[in-house]
Amino acid sequence: MQEPDLTALRNRRRFLKEVACGIGMMGLADLLAAEGRTADSANPLAPKKPHFPGKAKHVIFMFMEGAPSQMDLFDPKPALQKYAGQPLPESLASQLRLAFTKKDAKILPSPRVFRPHGQSGIEFSDFLPHIASCADDICLVRSMQTDAFNHHPGQALLFTGSIQLGRPTMGAWVLYGLGSESKNLPGFVVLSSGVGTSGGASNFSCGFLPSHYQGTLLRNTGDPILYLSNPPGVSPETQRETLDLAGDLNREHLAETGDEEIASRIANYELAWRMQSAAPELADLSSEPQHIREMYGLDDPVTRQFATNCILARRLVERGVRFILMMDASWDQHTYLNRDLQKNCNRTDKPTAALIKDLKQRGLLDSTLVVWGGEFGRTPIVEIRNTASQESYGRDHHPLAYSMWLAGGGIRGGQVIGKTDELGFSVVEDPVHVHDLQATILHCLGFDHTRLTYRHMGRDFRLTDVHGQVVQKMLA
Amino acid sequence: MRGVAGLYLLCTSSLVLLGQTAPDFRRDVEPLLAKRCTPCHNANLSQNGVRFDDREAALAGGYSGPVIVPGKPEESKIIQRVTSTKNGFRMPPAGPPLTPAEIAVLRAWIQNGAEWPQDPKKQQPSAEPATPAQTHWSFRPVVRPPLPNVTLRSWVRNPIDRFVLARLEREGIAPSPEASKTVLLRRLTLDLTGLPPTPEEVQAFLSDSRPDAYEQAVERLLASPHYAEQRARAWLDVARYGDSDGLEKDLVRPWAWRWRQWVIEAFHRDMPFDQFTIEQLAGDLLPGATLEQRIATGFHRNSLTNREGGTDPDESRFEQLVNRTNTTATAWLGLTAGCAQCHDHKYDPLKQKEYYQLFAFFHRSEEANIDAPLPGEYGPWMRRRPEYLEKRAALIREFDVEALQEEWEEKIRWTMDNPGKDPDWDFAVSNSRPMLDRFEYLLRKGKKNRTEKENEAVFYWFVRNPGPLKPDRDIDKIRCLAEFRRRLEKLDAEYPRLSEAMTMIELDPPPQTYIALKGDFRARGLPVEPDVPAFLPPLPKDAPRNRLTLARWLVSRENPLTPRVVVNRIWQEFFGTGLVKTSEDFGTQGEPPSHPELLDWLASEFREQGWSVKHIVRLIVTSSTYRQSSHVRRDLKDKDPENRLLARQNRLRLQAENIRDAALAASGLLNTQVGGPSVRPPQPKGVAELGYANSVKWVEDEGPARYRRGMYILYQRTAPYPMLVNFDAPDSFTSCARRRRSNSPLQALNLLNDPVFFEAAQALAMRVIREAKPEERIDRAFLLTLGRLPTGRERERMERFLQEHGAKLAGRAGEAASLLPLAPEHAAWTSAARALMNLEEFITRE
Repeated sequence: MQEPDLTALRNRRRFLKEVACGIGMMGLADLLAAEGRTADSANPLAPKKPHFPGKAKHVIFMFMEGAPSQMDLFDPKPALQKYAGQPLPESLASQLRLAFTKKDAKILPSPRVFRPHGQSGIEFSDFLPHIASCADDICLVRSMQTDAFNHHPGQALLFTGSIQLGRPTMGAWVLYGLGSESKNLPGFVVLSSGVGTSGGASNFSCGFLPSHYQGTLLRNTGDPILYLSNPPGVSPETQRETLDLAGDLNREHLAETGDEEIASRIANYELAWRMQSAAPELADLSSEPQHIREMYGLDDPVTRQFATNCILARRLVERGVRFILMMDASWDQHTYLNRDLQKNCNRTDKPTAALIKDLKQRGLLDSTLVVWGGEFGRTPIVEIRNTASQESYGRDHHPLAYSMWLAGGGIRGGQVIGKTDELGFSVVEDPVHVHDLQATILHCLGFDHTRLTYRHMGRDFRLTDVHGQVVQKMLA
Repeated sequence: MRGVAGLYLLCTSSLVLLGQTAPDFRRDVEPLLAKRCTPCHNANLSQNGVRFDDREAALAGGYSGPVIVPGKPEESKIIQRVTSTKNGFRMPPAGPPLTPAEIAVLRAWIQNGAEWPQDPKKQQPSAEPATPAQTHWSFRPVVRPPLPNVTLRSWVRNPIDRFVLARLEREGIAPSPEASKTVLLRRLTLDLTGLPPTPEEVQAFLSDSRPDAYEQAVERLLASPHYAEQRARAWLDVARYGDSDGLEKDLVRPWAWRWRQWVIEAFHRDMPFDQFTIEQLAGDLLPGATLEQRIATGFHRNSLTNREGGTDPDESRFEQLVNRTNTTATAWLGLTAGCAQCHDHKYDPLKQKEYYQLFAFFHRSEEANIDAPLPGEYGPWMRRRPEYLEKRAALIREFDVEALQEEWEEKIRWTMDNPGKDPDWDFAVSNSRPMLDRFEYLLRKGKKNRTEKENEAVFYWFVRNPGPLKPDRDIDKIRCLAEFRRRLEKLDAEYPRLSEAMTMIELDPPPQTYIALKGDFRARGLPVEPDVPAFLPPLPKDAPRNRLTLARWLVSRENPLTPRVVVNRIWQEFFGTGLVKTSEDFGTQGEPPSHPELLDWLASEFREQGWSVKHIVRLIVTSSTYRQSSHVRRDLKDKDPENRLLARQNRLRLQAENIRDAALAASGLLNTQVGGPSVRPPQPKGVAELGYANSVKWVEDEGPARYRRGMYILYQRTAPYPMLVNFDAPDSFTSCARRRRSNSPLQALNLLNDPVFFEAAQALAMRVIREAKPEERIDRAFLLTLGRLPTGRERERMERFLQEHGAKLAGRAGEAASLLPLAPEHAAWTSAARALMNLEEFITRE
């Protein structure tokens, strides 16, 4: 797939038109449609058809930055109790790459209580009662694997398929492949909560794709979109009259030079104008009824920030936005694991579950793929930075086995994929590499991940690099 | 397992497979290899250096050593790989695994000595099909082509036009007429300096009736320091310049700009490109290297640094070396070398082994920050240094810090030797390692053997990060150290410091480089020595294998790629597209040049005229080809939709930095200072906060620094300045040989509402009112923004707007005051200025 070359496209359309006149007008629209292009295909963000009909039309990627501890949330490991205080067997320890802990650190049991939930009986920890109540919609993957064990490389691998920075991110790929259905909002929107992430803007960069595929941050403070408001004191009338003047002068120049780039520029100013009213409308949650506010925890100071982003995610889906990346930081519990993990769960568990249920009750879950997880997992062994305080214990980075979950569009809920050994150290069944996850996400959207490519530096690049297999078991 | 296999073999009823009779190579083994192995392991594609299409090569093995050990099937990697059950390790990687019978054939063959008869066909070498190394256009020597004949001789101003016109005449296309004088001057000024012409420059040019008025303008602009800034900005893209580490904490690099400054000065002096190359890649290795030549090596300090706690130092360094190798290949050779990090290049004749040979040049070097005093700094520093050192020594004695530091160093060294014994100290080591450059090396070297600069670095690191001195035992010491730190900071603030620069140095002795199998730094393959790819001319025989030799080779007469790649990028700056459109890829997957002879003529001219960039630039901008109108030609829409034949100029949207420059220049706000440290103009809250754990701080500059050119905006890689991102500035993680030019609604919002642009519009309004009589204001505004006078229709529309909009604002005093606080009665002019600065033409060079 190539970035639509406007000139070539115009020529092609003219060619088709001429051909069509010969063979009757029937063919033209079909031919254009077959290319996944509609009449306004000069707009690179116009909706495009994927390789095959995908169940999911939108993605909400809930990125829990820092690596949530899987054995304290999703993957019960009672054996940790049995081996508590012992070092790992040498056969396992030798495979470890650790950031801080040393290989002979002792096994740390989880104090969490796990219980089965829903008809499917999937076990979740007591830190996540609300997410657990969505068990039957969730496909829990306990066998995730990645190659990186530091945050920024790990995030790069998760979002771009490579630990080397500079490639397009998942949201940019999806927007490039599918275009946007929103006429007055960006197609790839980023919501952020907590502190900043290691990857920062590189988690939603367009890499070597054109910049219109870049993620747009919907901001928590000030303008919801950067430079959305008129300059202070400038009325909408003035803004409109200024735009009209610029538009008229632009059209003069278009007539003189014949360059259709000017027409695109005019169209983008009109879209910007529409965005100026659409984005505040999006961000204004006052129209949300009380029961919805309660469901998300919008008025509880503990959950407010994350709940706001969850409602916004739903509203973005309702308005046709293609890819929503929620970044929440930080889940990097090297220390004070119990205390800080609980805080994170308290902030996010209820709003997350509300988002799933709300999407479902509005009939949007079937067409919205929700993905939850971090860039890797955490070790079954303890990390100690302050020997004096047992409460301060935490876990180090662990790329060999961790958990993520998916729900909604194209995914079969109420099931667990994969298994780890009794220590949660390695995957023993159905390993799912990050590249496999990426392939599966693209599959749900209707893409063969090996064919969603972009030519750069003499090579067809893709999200899954040269790897990845669709995990059939996950699919509905 | 063996028993089961044996039983199975009996059932196959092939006597060969009993292991008693050796399989026949031609009958049993070769067809199997040919079917399942040689597709990826042959002369052209030898994955992991392994080949099965040739006896010697097969027995020699691959990058990880021998794969066939005659007589020892179990030690032979080929057997280990075909029998493995591990996905990704088992060979062949695609299709079904080999059958037990096939494996048995291989095993028996190796058991019996892996007999491989000489290929009878090999005796008389047949004419092998030519390889890309021999036939691909860009790998062939640059030969200066003769100038072609043309009919329309009056159009030709210099040889460039001969080549372009010859092609157009062949296609039966007439060139476009020359652009108007106003368009020409704006185009020229923007292309050469990145700034729009001033109204005075426009008027002077229009009234200059000398026949060489244009050439005079060219010379004036080539001599401008802003010419150097504009060329430097293009080179900064290729050099992936940024002002921060690029990963996680993304620390700001306060001295990165010293290299940028060097680049600007080099372009200003028109430093020959061969020297430009040598000094940046190996300035430190030149005999009697000057400070400036060392600063030049900052080129390869632009790679990223991961200071995340617990990072594997070997992995970080490997990633940096990959970045340096790939950048060098893109910048000078136009090769997508990165493909060969993991395997032989699929399309170009670059072997994985050759990748690591190139990599080895950089593996032998190391980063070093050096004192690099700016003019005037050294004197005061030298004069006051003894006094400072005395006072500091006294302070150190007073707090007994020397002993404490020694104790800390001992403990760190002990911890590095005994990991896992003391978690608190383990953490101190894991955290310090990525934060203090070469931490382990410096600590192990010890105070006595370290240089003064190295000792300073360790001392300050220790003072600020004393590590987990145990609270119960060392509480007083920590308290003391905190007090010491305060006193030290106070002392330091009273004395001058020297500015620094980021440079490269050579390691002695040089470390051994190994092939990283599958591009994984942990999978060590065969050792390699620094060398250049075999499909390009060889290095001089006796030259030392270091960066200096590599740099000299890049700009040697024999190297066909460097001059082609460089003139192509220069061309791209003036036409938007290179003669080779894929300016980052001159390999077989890149696009062939639109005008091959012209490219070679320019490459040859570049070399013959002493690698002068200004000479090539002058040739381009004085050509008739460059001076054509950029109006779209309907007659060529089908014939040449991308304008590759150059029957007209291209209209080009300005680059991000130049859009800012144009707004500030038109409004009179621009601070035209050349060079110096990076600046932080105002940026909305929430942008920097996206960086890791709020570690990115954006402290806005006050005063004149706010109005500096776009190229001086501090590039914070994980939270870049939004306006730059919106207008396609590269992310600066990897080398960027050509930018994209996108067109998006966020760009519209940016130009309409960003306070920087609103302020520029207000200043432009004031300027117009101040500088022009009422009836001349519209002309003045057009000249300032578009470098031309309005047409009748445009003037009329402007007049109507000022009148109608002005009348409305008269009834909205509050708004008028917001639009133009100093002259609310002229508030409509702010809106008019905003409209002009949001025109497509304003951000386009015609």
